[in-house]
Amino acid sequence: MRSNVTEYELTAPGSLDAALQILADSPDRYTPIAGGTELMVALGAGRLQPKKLISLWNLKELRFIEVTPDAVIIGAASTFTDIRKHPIVTAEFSILAQAASWTGSIANQNRGTLGGNIVNASPAADSPPVLLAYDAAVTLVSIRGIRTVPYRDFHLSYKKTDLAQDELLHSITLSRNIDGYTTYIRKVGTRNAQAISKVAIAIVARTNRGIIESIRIGAASLRETPARLIATEQSLMSQPIAPATIAKARAAILSETIPIDDIRSTAKYRSVVAANLIEEFLQTL
Amino acid sequence: MAGFEMSGQIQLTINGKEKTVETPPMKRLLDVLREDLHLTGAKEGCGEGECGACAVLMNGDLVNSCLIPILQTQGAEITTIEGIAIDKKLHPIQQCFLEQGGAQCGICTPGMILATYHLLEKTPQPTLLQIQEGLNGNLCRCTGYMRIFNAVHAAAAKATSQSETQ
Repeated sequence: MRSNVTEYELTAPGSLDAALQILADSPDRYTPIAGGTELMVALGAGRLQPKKLISLWNLKELRFIEVTPDAVIIGAASTFTDIRKHPIVTAEFSILAQAASWTGSIANQNRGTLGGNIVNASPAADSPPVLLAYDAAVTLVSIRGIRTVPYRDFHLSYKKTDLAQDELLHSITLSRNIDGYTTYIRKVGTRNAQAISKVAIAIVARTNRGIIESIRIGAASLRETPARLIATEQSLMSQPIAPATIAKARAAILSETIPIDDIRSTAKYRSVVAANLIEEFLQTL
Repeated sequence: MAGFEMSGQIQLTINGKEKTVETPPMKRLLDVLREDLHLTGAKEGCGEGECGACAVLMNGDLVNSCLIPILQTQGAEITTIEGIAIDKKLHPIQQCFLEQGGAQCGICTPGMILATYHLLEKTPQPTLLQIQEGLNGNLCRCTGYMRIFNAVHAAAAKATSQSETQ
C-alpha cells in the first residue's frame, strides 16, 4: 500500500542555520531527508513512519569537499557522485571512491549522500567500513554548538547513533597521514550495483619488514552496526605474516562477529566469508 | 485531514517549459509527472530506485523520479523522455535503440534512453564496461541487454561521426 502523501510534512529550509533552528524549536523529532534513496523507498512502500521531515538536499553548507594540508573534510550532504569525481579523494582515499562506485546505481549515486549513508545506520551500508578503516571523525552540529567525535564511537546499537534530536551530521573528516599504508576493500553481494552487501570488509594497514605495525578493519553486516573488528586487529598487531598469524586472525574474527541469518545470506556464510576476506588480505601483504 | 494545508506551489522547468504545480511536498516527482502533468513516459517499475524505469534528468543528473519528493525540485530543470526527441524527430539515441532492437516491451526504454543520454554526455566514447556501469541501475527483462549495449555503441559512434563532419 502506497503512503498517503498528504499526511506528511516536509520543509526545506534555505540555510543550515534555519534547519538547526527548526530542529531546536520543535518539540517533536524531525527526520532529515537528503537524497531520499532510503526514506522515499519507505514512503513508496507505505511504511515511512516519521511524518515530519526536513529537507537537507543541496544545502550548500553541507555539500562540499574541502582539502586542507592535513585532512579531507566531506560535507554530509555530498553525494556519492561528488565523492567519485573528487581528484584528491580518488587519489588518496581510493577505497572510499571504490565503495561509492558500488553504492546503488549511477542514479542513486547522484542523489544518495555520505551523511545519509552514515546516519541511516544500516549495518550493511557501503561507506561505513571504509570510514572506520580510515579512522574518520564525524562533526555534529546544533544551535548549541559543534562537536567532533571519532566515527568508531558514533554507532551505539542497532540503528541507534550518538546524534541528538536537535543535531545534524555536518561533515566527515579523513586524516591525510596514510602514506605507506596498504588498503583493501571487498564487498560480497549478489552483484556490485544495486545489491546490498552480504559481507563487506575494508582494511587500512602498514607493515614494516613483514611485521604488521598498524591495522584497522571496518566491517559491514557482521554486527548490529557497522563495526571495527578490534579483536582481529589486536590478534595481528606486531605479528609477522605467517600461517599461524592467519589462523589466529581467523579465530579472532569468528569470536567477535555476530552475523545474522536474513534474506540476503546466512550467519554461517557471513562468518566464513569474513574470515576468508581477512586471509585474502593478509596473503597480499 | 492532517497535512491537507501542507499543499504548496512548486515551480519547475519541465522539458524547457516553466510549470507550476500545486501539490503536497512529499508527492513523488514520478507521480507529479504522470498525474499532474500527464507526462506518462516515465514508468513506475519497482518504486524503490532499483529498476530505473522512472529515470529522468534533474539539472542534468540522472535520477530516479520515484525517490524525489516534489518539494526538492523547486526551481529545478527536469528532462523526461518526452523532452529528448528534437522537433518531433527521434533523437539519435532513440533511433539507434529502434534500429538495434534495443527495445521490446518498452517499459524500461525511457529510462534506458535517459541513462544513455546521461552517459554519453559525460563519456562520449564509452567502453563496454562503462556502458554497463552507466546503465547499471536500469533493468530490462526482455532484451538480455546485448542489443541495448549495441544501441548505445551505435549512438556513440553516430554522435562522434556527426561532430566530425560538422
